Amino acid sequence: MNTLIDRLAKLFSISDVVHQRPNLAFVTTPMENTIHLITHLRDRESFSLFVMLSCVDWIEDNQFQLTYVLNNPTEKIDVGIRCFINRDSATMESAHYLWKQVATYQRELKEMYGIDFPGSPRVDESFILEGWDNIPPMRRDFDTKKYSEETFFPRERPQSNDPAQYMKSKLYPDE
Amino acid sequence: MSFLNLKADRSKYPQRDADGKMQIDLDSHKFVKLWQGPNHPGVTGNMSVELTLAGDEIVEAKTHVGYLHRGFEKLIERRLFIQGMQTSIRMCVAEPDSNEYVYCTAIEELSNVEIPEMAKWIRTLILEMARLQSLVRVVPGQAGTFGLGLGVQWGVYMRELILDRFEELTGGRVYHMFMTPGGVRGLLPDGFKTRMEENLKEIESFAHRIDDLIFNNVVFKKRAVDTAVIDPSWIDNYGITGFVARSAGFNRDVRKSFPYLIYDQLDFEPKVMEYSDIYNRAKVRWFDILTTVDLIRQIMRKMPEKGDFKAQTPNVLHWTAPKGETYVRSESSRGEYGMYVVTDGTNKPRRVNLRGVSYTHAICVLEDLLVGVNIADVAAVMVSLQTCPPEIER
Repeated sequence: MNTLIDRLAKLFSISDVVHQRPNLAFVTTPMENTIHLITHLRDRESFSLFVMLSCVDWIEDNQFQLTYVLNNPTEKIDVGIRCFINRDSATMESAHYLWKQVATYQRELKEMYGIDFPGSPRVDESFILEGWDNIPPMRRDFDTKKYSEETFFPRERPQSNDPAQYMKSKLYPDE
Repeated sequence: MSFLNLKADRSKYPQRDADGKMQIDLDSHKFVKLWQGPNHPGVTGNMSVELTLAGDEIVEAKTHVGYLHRGFEKLIERRLFIQGMQTSIRMCVAEPDSNEYVYCTAIEELSNVEIPEMAKWIRTLILEMARLQSLVRVVPGQAGTFGLGLGVQWGVYMRELILDRFEELTGGRVYHMFMTPGGVRGLLPDGFKTRMEENLKEIESFAHRIDDLIFNNVVFKKRAVDTAVIDPSWIDNYGITGFVARSAGFNRDVRKSFPYLIYDQLDFEPKVMEYSDIYNRAKVRWFDILTTVDLIRQIMRKMPEKGDFKAQTPNVLHWTAPKGETYVRSESSRGEYGMYVVTDGTNKPRRVNLRGVSYTHAICVLEDLLVGVNIADVAAVMVSLQTCPPEIER
């Protein structure tokens, strides 16, 4: 793993290297270099399997962290590539042409975090939500409880009676 | 156009534009839109497939989810680490123990907690029991999608046997939560191994009857062989893992490539086949039943009788993890099951992101695999990928 990181450091601007396990490392790279680095790992370093793309909302820093996890099935090692993008203009270069399933991850991130991936297939189609008109729900500033209370409560309920009073009025109307 | 020559004509449409996008004009009356799901016996859970048909042949398929969504990952972000257990396991009903394992392991790794040896053995046993109860249901279920229902009923009974053992061990039948950050909740009950061995003998016998009933059945073979074939070039390109990759000739098994718990002390070799059609994808899982039965026997034979089963951990109400991130994976009965967890130094995870097998298998793989398939085989293709929609809409 160390030799891989050394090789990458010679070619790309990488920082914050964390060796989480002997077979898992995380590195940070500027967003401009991210897709180049991922393409290099796929084509030159045998990271042929795309594991996942995830997003972390660092709202206090006004940044989204995108993490691309890649797997090298031959060497049996993983690398997590982090990059940070501005929350206010959340746009990232698409990687859909590298692996088929990337487009699905990007479509979900567009819906759940509002991150745009121009050119990614079906990126504007709703993924899970339909007719959503609020801020993207996975952002930290989306208040789930407040949304639920505003959207679903108070509900109109059928009129109900106090059982004791109701029985009394029905069975003993004169008392 | 001759009506006797429909097949040849079908190959001519739908036309594609310069960008390669299909031009499907429903007003032309050449195509029909049909939704399979969400309320359909041939759909594997809370999802639907939007199909465009030319005759009875599928020309386009789109997966739709969103019928279940409870925002599991969002909920976990607002809960203590220990509270995340109840939520995380519900991201897959059919095999919740993989969720337990990856969630607990991620929290332990980020908190520098090392679990005792005994806990590793029991966790491995639970994971294999979960695999077995899942496989005995879905392998005959594959034949059920072609109308052969008897094996399905046998499978439900066999699954109940394992659920009995789960209930005995954990108190729960479907959701167990026997794993907990730091280890497991207890040791095996007295006589557990004997009762498990009786169940394994019955399941082993069942597996051989399933072989006779299904894999030598002419109708099953006629419909499953050469249907929905996955080309080996798809495996890496689509992110295919688990038994689907193994049926296409790729020896992909997390238990072998990234050994966790005590899998490196067990002697097993996952079955690999060379041609991934529906038949082989079912057959490779049939072999998995036998492998899993053997693994459970090995675990029960080799595991220590007694020992610490839980490490010292912080008070769960005040458990904080330093800032960090990790990706933990396990091999579920469907393939690689992973979880990406980020902590920020507080008592709640900053981010928990499940990497479910169906996220790839039930969307990009299924959508492309269904093109050219007969409408009657859609359910069979879905079961052959063992799709589990809650993994998609977490």
